[in-house]
Amino acid sequence: MNDMQTRAAAWHEIVLATLKSNNVKLITYVPDRVFTPLIKALHGDPFFTTFATTREEEAIGIVTGAWMGGLRGAVLMQTSGFGTIPNALASLVVPSQIPALIFVSERGTLGEFNLGQAMVCKTMRPVIDSLGVENHTITRQDELAFIIDRSIKQAVATQAPVVFILSPLLTGGKVFEA
Amino acid sequence: MTAKQTGAVSAHNAKVMNRADLTKRLVGQLKCDEAVVGGIGNANFDLWASGQRPQNFYMLGSMGLAIPIAFGVAIAQPQRHVIALEGDGSLLMQLGCLATVAMRAPKNLTMVVWDNGIYQITGGQPTASASAADLVAIARGSGIANSAWAADEDDFDRLVAAALHNGGPSLIAVRTDNKPGVGTTDRDPVQIRTRFMLGLGVKRHQ
Repeated sequence: MNDMQTRAAAWHEIVLATLKSNNVKLITYVPDRVFTPLIKALHGDPFFTTFATTREEEAIGIVTGAWMGGLRGAVLMQTSGFGTIPNALASLVVPSQIPALIFVSERGTLGEFNLGQAMVCKTMRPVIDSLGVENHTITRQDELAFIIDRSIKQAVATQAPVVFILSPLLTGGKVFEA
Repeated sequence: MTAKQTGAVSAHNAKVMNRADLTKRLVGQLKCDEAVVGGIGNANFDLWASGQRPQNFYMLGSMGLAIPIAFGVAIAQPQRHVIALEGDGSLLMQLGCLATVAMRAPKNLTMVVWDNGIYQITGGQPTASASAADLVAIARGSGIANSAWAADEDDFDRLVAAALHNGGPSLIAVRTDNKPGVGTTDRDPVQIRTRFMLGLGVKRHQ
């Protein structure tokens, strides 16, 4: 097993365990290749209610309703998917003070092969920052549990969303042969 | 058996009814603190005008997300019935949510679609449902087998009662006139959300 496979096997276990220890039971997602081991593990664990939605903003709506009904939820997407949710964040999640937990598999950098992904990536952080939304780019496995655990607690305590951008430095990213 | 008895009323021969009137009829049937999520615009305004129940949520932005929000509430509180009120233009913006709801098949979710064939609040531009799209056919094709046009007011009451008692997910589509909404929602998202969470028993009065 090479080094990348070792790291890839570990990061998603940490994410799952941290979601579980914070009682985040609802997981909605639009699929992503890099997140596949995480999504598969979530589907396989009966603690979680995990399903795909047709669009990322639909997933945002579902976790918003779930929070108001007393259930914590997270949304998984890739960078291009983030490009579809600014309206849902700006007109629902932020003004209503919903602690939506948003995990983005970062595409568009560190070896991207798709120009479309690369361009969307350039818009992502400026949009998050202009909304004043807490966000962390996670590059190191030794910081992963701390950042996610503390940020979930802060999101709930302060009733504010948080975006976790999982860098290819953490996940290995999606690779191609140049 | 008549078309009305089978629920096989088609869009073109469903009676054109009034959204505010039917919203009141719907709310009048709610006896178990059911949650109601009003979509952006007139669905919302008429829900507000029907009386500000603590179990009502009024969506101020995020066009198209009334059904996903209601679905989220339904997942969180499986013992409570949840009703989404959505307009035709809003539903057309987020049709995929019907397939997601059908896939998960929540028993406690009812979707009501007010179809006036126009984007009423933005100036009355025609929606695709005015001339082409049949929202009940789309819902059935998405997997919501329990989808029907309401033939008239009595039929609407009956469909609502059936949805509440027989379990869902159900979709009830209603052809509505172009009369404007009769109320105006207070535009305070935090207050709306807080009141809703109190109404659902998630937060407590302090």
